[in-house]
Amino acid sequence: MFFESPPSYSLVEQVQRPLVKRLARPLIWALRRLLVSLRDLAPIILVIGFFQIAVLQQPFPNLVGVTVGLLCVVGGLSLFMQGLEYGLFPLGETLAQSFASKGSLLALLSFAFCLGFGATVAEPALIAIAEEASKVASEGGAIPDDAEARSSYAFNLRMVVAGSVGIAVLIGVLRILKGWPIHWLIIGGYLLVTLMTVFAPAEIVGVAYDSGGVTTSTITVPLVTALGVGLATTIRGRNPLVDGFGIIALASLTPMICVMAYGIVI
Amino acid sequence: MSEGFFDILLTTLLRTVKDVAPIVLLLAFFQVVVLRRRLPQPRRMIVGFGFVLVGLALFLIGLEEALFPIGETMAAQLTAPEMLGTLGEKGEIDWRNYLLVYAFGAAIGFATTVAEPALIAVAMKAEEVSGGAIKSWGLRIAVALGVAIGVSLGCFRIVTGTPLPWYIIAAYVVVIVQTFRASKTIIPLAYDSGGVTTSTVTVPVVAALGLGLAASIPGRSPLIDGFGLIAFASVFPIMTVLAYSFVSSQIARRRSPAIARGGNSN
Repeated sequence: MFFESPPSYSLVEQVQRPLVKRLARPLIWALRRLLVSLRDLAPIILVIGFFQIAVLQQPFPNLVGVTVGLLCVVGGLSLFMQGLEYGLFPLGETLAQSFASKGSLLALLSFAFCLGFGATVAEPALIAIAEEASKVASEGGAIPDDAEARSSYAFNLRMVVAGSVGIAVLIGVLRILKGWPIHWLIIGGYLLVTLMTVFAPAEIVGVAYDSGGVTTSTITVPLVTALGVGLATTIRGRNPLVDGFGIIALASLTPMICVMAYGIVI
Repeated sequence: MSEGFFDILLTTLLRTVKDVAPIVLLLAFFQVVVLRRRLPQPRRMIVGFGFVLVGLALFLIGLEEALFPIGETMAAQLTAPEMLGTLGEKGEIDWRNYLLVYAFGAAIGFATTVAEPALIAVAMKAEEVSGGAIKSWGLRIAVALGVAIGVSLGCFRIVTGTPLPWYIIAAYVVVIVQTFRASKTIIPLAYDSGGVTTSTVTVPVVAALGLGLAASIPGRSPLIDGFGLIAFASVFPIMTVLAYSFVSSQIARRRSPAIARGGNSN
């Protein structure tokens, strides 16, 4: 009903009609996308506005810049969502189908490992957290207090986290193939985290707990989710809801374990 | 935005492309060398990927130009001793003086999570896969509530200086108990939503809050106590999503007893 054209046209409109008709649908589509994004961002705007005006009682600094910035955020989120539906979701599903029909377990598992490793190794949040951790370690006296020792510590830590995410995606894919229930893996992981917290040096615990969160980048999550759901849909006897999700959960658990293990070994 | 909007756009776009490059190379390698299958609608997928990149770049620019500076200044102002009126009695910290910080933590945690693109992606997929039984909006609200509780409790922990592992391990115990009472279909999704929340929008603002708070309270070190808020923000959503599914299945059961029992038992 949104796309129905008005019943009558004047002469001028008759000439322009094909163009208007061609533009109407994408325009309405874009407007609805923008409205949805605006709804998603409304809470942030309200919270920041409320605290700025009512609690801190200060005017907004640089109101023009903030408005332009908000327009960028709304437009960017709309484009991103459209890109998910056109690009990332179909890509993940196609990959899942191709791997399933090729039937090579080795190819699938090596892809899973590389996807986890590759998505994490260059992650800016991880680079930041590794540097932070190397400072903590050198202040705590775990490594010599010079720049070289710190940078090699940070590099090794990054490799450890990226490797652990690779292993997590690999286990996650294997779990979908075998139909293992996720909660045993997660609860086992929790017990391991708890146990290692006791033995790990106190400075590394906070970093380790936070490193679980850095592995979930905005591009990897849709891709991995579509891959998991695609695999669970393609493989007979698997339920996409029960078996398709869960890779991300594993990918945020293994870094905690591996970072603490790294802290214990060093 | 002094140095020209398009310069910033270009720099951010290049940065986003650089972050994504390893994944794109990996996908291309497996597609061309290993799978050797034609992509369906390759043009649409490439356009979609382009949308994702440009959208994410715009989104990040807007956040960095408009929201993060305000959010970070606000976190610093709210945690400043002058604002809290805790100057004078040195050495004595009363957690009740920080109610405003807990409220801000909860509000900003909720608001940033609702806008988190990775969570939007997972929620879209969950609604699609569950055939509408899980509502995308409901799931996101549940996750956002979890982050709100987590962040404000995390602020309380920084103020009181109690050890991080106690809270996280206690939270794990609650999650494990809930897992055994929950329906099988929600468990993987609940675990995933824990990992997804800590991403592009939430991490910078929440981390600024934690570091500001740890820096302004006497006796807390930003290096040791500033970490950990992210960990809180990734455990509590698991609880709220499990609770959300429990409550919504109870409501469904009350409305139509036979159907709900049938749907829950498998």
